[in-house]
Order: sequence, then C-alpha cells, then structure tokens
Amino acid sequence: MHTFTLAELAQGLRTKRFSSVELTKHFLDRIERHNGELNAFVTITAEQALVDAARADRQLADGQAGPLTGLPMAHKDIFCTDGVLTTCGSRMLSNFVSPYDATVVERMKQAGMVMLGKTNMDEFAMGSSNETSWYGPVKNPWNLRKVPGGSSGGSAAAVAARLTPIATATDTGGSIRQPASLTGLTGIKPTYGRVSRYGMIAFASSLDQGGTLALTAQDTAMTLQAMAGFDPRDSTSVDAPVPDYVAALEAPIAGLKIGLVKEFFEKGIDPAYEKLIRAALATYEKLGAKLIEVSLPDLPLSLPTYYVVAPAECSSNLSRFDGVRFGYSCEQPQDLMDLYTRSRGEGFGAEVKRRIMMGAYVLSAGYYDAYYLQAQKARRLIADNFERAFKQVDVLMGPTAPTPAFDLGAQMDDPLTMYLNDIFTIGANLAGVPALSIPCGLVQNLPVGLQIIGAHFSEAKLLNVAHAYQRETEWHKQMPQAYA
Amino acid sequence: MSLDLKDVAAIAQLARLRVTEDELPAYAKDLSKIIAMVERLQAAAVANVEPMSHPLAGQTQRLRADEAVERDQREKFQRNAPRAEAGLYLVPKVIE
Repeated sequence: MHTFTLAELAQGLRTKRFSSVELTKHFLDRIERHNGELNAFVTITAEQALVDAARADRQLADGQAGPLTGLPMAHKDIFCTDGVLTTCGSRMLSNFVSPYDATVVERMKQAGMVMLGKTNMDEFAMGSSNETSWYGPVKNPWNLRKVPGGSSGGSAAAVAARLTPIATATDTGGSIRQPASLTGLTGIKPTYGRVSRYGMIAFASSLDQGGTLALTAQDTAMTLQAMAGFDPRDSTSVDAPVPDYVAALEAPIAGLKIGLVKEFFEKGIDPAYEKLIRAALATYEKLGAKLIEVSLPDLPLSLPTYYVVAPAECSSNLSRFDGVRFGYSCEQPQDLMDLYTRSRGEGFGAEVKRRIMMGAYVLSAGYYDAYYLQAQKARRLIADNFERAFKQVDVLMGPTAPTPAFDLGAQMDDPLTMYLNDIFTIGANLAGVPALSIPCGLVQNLPVGLQIIGAHFSEAKLLNVAHAYQRETEWHKQMPQAYA
Repeated sequence: MSLDLKDVAAIAQLARLRVTEDELPAYAKDLSKIIAMVERLQAAAVANVEPMSHPLAGQTQRLRADEAVERDQREKFQRNAPRAEAGLYLVPKVIE
C-alpha cells in the first residue's frame, strides 16, 4: 500500500480494497520499523490516528466522505496541534503541548485526514540540512549518510521513505523545495497569504508560507485544495477564492512560455544536474512549450537581502520566548534578566542564536537604515524583476538547489556555505510568488529537482505544468530501494 | 565591518541571550562573515526605491473589529507555564 500515491490510496479506500484503519496501521508499522534509522518523526500519535481512521471508515461507509477522508498524513512539528507536543525542533518547546490547532491542522482534520505524527525539522525552521534540530539530524532515505535537506527534512524523509503518503511543510527561504529536491519529491510553496499562518510557529512572518511534500503534483493539488483559502485569524491571509487545483491538472500546456532564468544557470551548478534540467526543458518543448531566456538582474541580491530581512523578523518573533509563560525555563533564576537570558541561552541552539543576534544587530540604532531599510528596498527590486518576467513568460524554470544531497556534517562548520543551499529558492519568498520542485532525475543515485516558479496565485498553473511533466516521465516514481 | 567580542556580548545582551565567554569568539567570527556577505547590499542602486515590507502589492494588514473574541482559557494555557500559582505566572522578585 505504501508505494501508492495519495490519489491511488483515495481510490483504494473508495473501492474498499482496504480500510482507513488498515492503511493507517500499515503506515504506523512502517514508522515503527524505520523511524529509528531515519529520525523523521519527533512524535507518533498512533492511538489517536487509529481512532480517527475508524471514524473515517464510518464516514466512508455512510457515503459522507470527502476526497481526503481516511488518508494518512503527517504534520511538520512547526504546526500547533491541540493536546499534542509541538516542539518546532527546539529544546525551547520540548515541553510544549499546544493548547490549540493551527488552521492548517484544523482543515486537514475537517477534511478527514488521519494524522500519524509530527515530523522532525531544523530548529525553528532555520537550516538547510535538518541538522540544527534539538532532536538530532534526519537521514536521507536515499543514502543514510546524506542529509535530507531542510528545514522540512523530517517531512521529506518520511514521505520519501513511504512512512506517510504526504506531509505538511513550511518554506521561508526554500525549506519545502530544497528538501523536495534532495529526496525526490514534489514540494510546493504557495503564494504568500494563500495558506493560513495561524498556529504555524513564526520564523520570518513576511516570508513564511505553508505547503506540502508529496509524491506527485496530483497529490499536491488534492491536499492544497483543502489547505488553502482565507482565514480571518491570519491578518496576512488573502481573501481570494481557491480555484479547483485538481480540475486544472489536465489542461494542455502547448504554447506555454517558459522563462529560463539566466542568473540561475550562471552559478555553476553540478554539470550532471544541469544536464537533467536541460533534458526536462526538452521534454517541455516536446509538449509544445516555448523556451525563452529571461534575466532577473537583481537576483544576486537575494541572499544578502534575505539574511537581513529573515533574521530581523526572527529576532522579533522569537522574543516571545521568555521562560515565563510557556516553553523551556532555566533552573533557579536569580532575577528577571537571568531568567530571560539563561532560558533563551539554554533553550535555543547555535544557529537560532546566531540569527537572533544578526537580527538584533541589523535592527539596532545606527544600523537600521544601512541594513534593514536597504534590504527592504533591494527586496522591492527583486520583486519587480519577477513581476517584469511574468509579463513575458508564464512560468520560470531552473534548478532547485545547487547540488544533490550532501554528507551529514559536511556544512555544519560554516553557516555561509549552508546558506548557499537556498540561493535559487529565496527569490520566490522575497517576491511572495509560488514555486514548486519536482524530481527530474538522479545524479549518482541521488534525486535532484526542477524548480518551477509562477506569478502570484498561479498555483493551479504550476501544478498543471508539473503534472504534464509527470505524465511524460517516470522520475517521480523513483524511490529509495531500501524502502520500496 | 567585523564584530569584536565586546560587540557580540553587547548584541547578545540586547537580544536577551546568555552567551558564555568561550562561545563569544565563534559567534564573532560567524556573525562577521554574515555581515560581510550582507554588505553587498550597500552597492545596490536603490536611491529612489520604496522599501517593501509586504510581499503582495497593495495588501495591507487587515484589522478586525475591536471586540473580545477569545474565550477565557487561562487554566489550559497555564498548564504550559514553567511556574504558575493561583492563576498567576511566577517570576523572580522584580521590586525590592
């Protein structure tokens, strides 16, 4: 059952090939068997999952089931889950039992999906290898000596190893797309404001966006359909109708104008990877798409812009962790200052502290204009570049990450090397546009992804374009042999 | 611009983070490298560019009506408190 896509599993439930309880038990067994080596889950909610699966089976029998009823899934541990440990990969929240559900969690529940557990992640979503987690690194199912990418590494490893058919994830600078690329999955970061951030623990509020890691564009469309949409509890949620993503999948793509981002190909990506990207583009040409080279001249400013804006917002967001109301608190504080500084010093890991300090620095008196304001202006230039490009072309394509999965430990000594993993992905976050990554081949038996970026609210188009490729090719069906 | 140990200690204090003496050199080195990287922004031609704080053009933060909508869930919330008593959050003495 675990090698089926979500769409196939939905079909199986409907035709009574198996029940939701059987399906849920099957995936729980796989988690039990494989989580030790992968470390993909922080929490497994087996008991509740079986209760929810039994309810789903009754709904299926009564003919009251929706398209997602009874399908197992996992949530990244950044989403608050009522009554369930919600750690955000941090010691700071290692004792935090959320008193409420995130909107995303609530919607998945309403859709009848069955939560198997909560997935490991880089601490507070800060990292590109899932090695900054308080709960230890996640391993890549394709090769246990490699990282799965980050920050949604647990979700990626869990789906890639078929421990769950789909998982939620979040993307602030590439945290859905880069792990999708490194583990051979389809990962979408929707338009900023498309998916509610309510109950999604904030890292950088003007960049964070929730999405999914899945096996196919079709599975992504089915799930995003239920996740997306206006939420009055998120003040940046956009009040716009959600199109029918599933219906849009089959539209012909002849005449599609694909922009090749010149700046993406100048960076010198792995030659074997570039060959696969070129082959994917040739497939699109065969389907009737036109390739047009476009330039986003300010894209090289993305990395410095991001590393001012994101830390600034993180230092502000993470100021709520004070050792008083919830979360980690130090032993025997001497006074209030000692309580704050020691709780935060002991509760946060090194990368999170680095970013909080970077943020405090760029926002401090005397530096605000030189760094923060300058970055906000550069952000406008980058966003304008994207807007101009989408007047010429329908979608942009290029690599997702500079390399396939790298060795565990290889980049932990130098934060700047680690930051370069997101060089192709952060532009979309700064501009707020949707983007996805789909598998487009293997380099030395490790998957790599093709990134597709669209204009604001063009998720239906992106999924349509991704689905057209997945109908023509088999790369999304490749799976790590040890988990087949 | 590179940061010395004193700078890092001051930033850590601003951010309410305890950083030990022996951790300071590594943070100074890493933060200096990150700052050197973001220095590239100084060369950006942004003289007449409007700063962008929201990624969607024309979107502003919505305000809701000023009405209480939250239920009282103090007990539930305080179950997560490190130190609470009689419905109050406890902190070290702040008034001498």
